[in-house]
Amino acid sequence: MVTEEKIRVLVAKPGLDGHDRGAKVIARALRDAGMEVIYTGLRQTPEMIVEAAIQEDVDVIGLSILSGAHMTLFPRVMRLLAENGLDDVLVVAGGIIPDEDVPALKEIGIAGIFGPGTSTETVVNFIKENVRKRK
Amino acid sequence: MSSDIVKRVLTGDRRAVARLITLIENDGDEAQNLLAELYPYTGQAHVVGVTGAPGTGKSTLVNELAKVYRRGGGQSARSPKTVGIIAVDPTSPFSGGAILGDRIRMRELSGDPGIFIRSMATRGSLGGLARGTSDAIKVLDAAGYEVIFVETVGAGQAEVDIARTAHTTIVVQAPGLGDDIQAIKAGILEIADIFTVNKADREGADNTVMALQMLLDLDHASRPTLHHGIVMGESNSGLARSQEQGWRPPILKTVALHGQGIEAVVEAIEAHLVYLEESQTFYRRERERIQSELHHILQQELMRRLLSQVKEGEWDALIERIGRREMDPYSAARRLIEGERFV
Repeated sequence: MVTEEKIRVLVAKPGLDGHDRGAKVIARALRDAGMEVIYTGLRQTPEMIVEAAIQEDVDVIGLSILSGAHMTLFPRVMRLLAENGLDDVLVVAGGIIPDEDVPALKEIGIAGIFGPGTSTETVVNFIKENVRKRK
Repeated sequence: MSSDIVKRVLTGDRRAVARLITLIENDGDEAQNLLAELYPYTGQAHVVGVTGAPGTGKSTLVNELAKVYRRGGGQSARSPKTVGIIAVDPTSPFSGGAILGDRIRMRELSGDPGIFIRSMATRGSLGGLARGTSDAIKVLDAAGYEVIFVETVGAGQAEVDIARTAHTTIVVQAPGLGDDIQAIKAGILEIADIFTVNKADREGADNTVMALQMLLDLDHASRPTLHHGIVMGESNSGLARSQEQGWRPPILKTVALHGQGIEAVVEAIEAHLVYLEESQTFYRRERERIQSELHHILQQELMRRLLSQVKEGEWDALIERIGRREMDPYSAARRLIEGERFV
């Protein structure tokens, strides 16, 4: 029996927009790359996302957002993660995020931001290279 | 990591619970030591399995059942109980990855500190559960969750591991999923302590209920001879639940999506626990569960030890020789076990 450590990823859609096609495409690509993807569905509050991240003990959180509310929702997610001691979780984001918002989001700890047209391969590789395997 | 994590699990620390389950899933020696420390604190929870074909509404049903337990519902209900949920989904045999989507239907449970939900991928295990599921149950049990729901992968026929793991097994059916021969031919019906016909607002629900009733009647008529209350012969595996004396699985209609019929299911779960305890069945099933668990661990451990002594080149050479028909696989296995070397 081989000891196997899988990368566990929470794919979450914070906020109120009802479009999760992008999130589903990413979830599938991550699965095909051998990761375990916990998909939580639409309309997640930051509290729900962080609670799921704790219970599922994920290595990565992928946030997908199209509503434009990222500048209010993402900081709340990051603050809750820190409050719960989950600072070692890699957080990436995708969706419609204007370039001018990117520096501020990186500043609060969102490691990778991927806009429309990013290949799934890019996302997979970014996660594999940046995930902190814990011991 | 020290046994600090075990102490934290025992106080109900959610991050420790989550972390220990990960260690179990990754199957290190460390996890075994931690589980050994945890073991004396287990055996308190009522473990309820929920199984059935894909699309019958297992996750939605578990969501609703958890809500009833949390508000202390059900006729015989006393105080609210804390609820642990383990939801198992299949690992892709091609990529080794998985999409675990059961939380989608459990979003209403979010924010309740009396509930802990964990998704598990099967990671190659075939019986409808993950290899680590029974140990993950122990973690939730020791952390103080009083009722633990285990939702299997969408299982059709032979995925009956849940019956060895749970005290009470709910088999979820839905109208329009095949004729009653589908139901007769397989093991999944024999493991039910409780049937729910979910999506009962759909056409054909009454037919599904009737088909199940008939199957139970047939089963009753063909009940084998009992000896000291235990079924003799091949079927004495502790799995064929419907053959136990004194408990006829109730068939309950639910519409989980609208929360209908759920209280009755909770009552049946509670009644089944009373039956298990009063009829000494609890003790017998627990023995069978432990026996099956010990078998399983022995198999794994013996395999691991045996294979650790075989060098890689040796293994390949042996495969080659069997392929060339110079040796047969039975003899190869026997000679490996006897310690013979092949290089």
